[in-house]
Amino acid sequence: MNQSFDYIELKIPAKPEFVSVMRLTLSGIANRMGFDYEEIEDLKIAISEACTNAVQHAYKNNDHGEVIVGFGLYGNRLEVMVADNGKSFDFLSARQGIGRYEENNEVEFLREGGLGLYLIESLMDEVRIHNNEGVTVFMIKYLDGERVERNAKKIST
Amino acid sequence: MNISIEMKENDQFTSVDISGEIDAYTAPKLRESLFHLSEKEGGTMVINLSGVSYMDSTGLGVFVGVYKNIRSNNGQLYLQGLSARLMRLFEITGLSNIMDISSKNEGEVR
Repeated sequence: MNQSFDYIELKIPAKPEFVSVMRLTLSGIANRMGFDYEEIEDLKIAISEACTNAVQHAYKNNDHGEVIVGFGLYGNRLEVMVADNGKSFDFLSARQGIGRYEENNEVEFLREGGLGLYLIESLMDEVRIHNNEGVTVFMIKYLDGERVERNAKKIST
Repeated sequence: MNISIEMKENDQFTSVDISGEIDAYTAPKLRESLFHLSEKEGGTMVINLSGVSYMDSTGLGVFVGVYKNIRSNNGQLYLQGLSARLMRLFEITGLSNIMDISSKNEGEVR
């Protein structure tokens, strides 16, 4: 995976009033990349759900930390990572770490996250959750043409 | 970003107009406004959502809570004026099969 990409990172206080700021940022990025209206609305919900989880998690533990969102802008997709541990991360290595998480972690998180995580999984193309030193949600949305192409490849093989 | 909630109440009938964005920040305000109105025995609540430009699971959570409350008091809840986006949200989560929702806005109860 040595594809080149642009990377944008935004850090917000773990407070509900800043979730909308993250949505606005994402709107700008997704629009820039050429996602259509419906896709941008889906992305807005997915990122809000992930940020809401992070904010509520911080609130429950009474820590007034920060939520960090990293956006990886590839030619064919947008990768979004939402981390609630308040520490900046190395996008690529954190991403590899996420790939190795165990499936039973996700069930645990699902119970806790409820409808929010269900929506993320319905609205994004790929979702992974890493539950270690805080929760990290990693999600991908492909640009439409690319998704069709991927599906076509799957069918032809 | 904010939310506006306008309520009209007479006897057993409550109509609510909501506009703006429903998310983690505004949902608690919405819950607070709607919950005490959902306690009426046998009451009817009509909520007009045509002015809602954004909503996520925090909003769904509020409406599910209000719905449960109203039903346990033998009342009725109607959600009206849902945009295609909001409709989709209720459909994905299966709530459209449980709650009375409509894209039309009939204003007053039938």
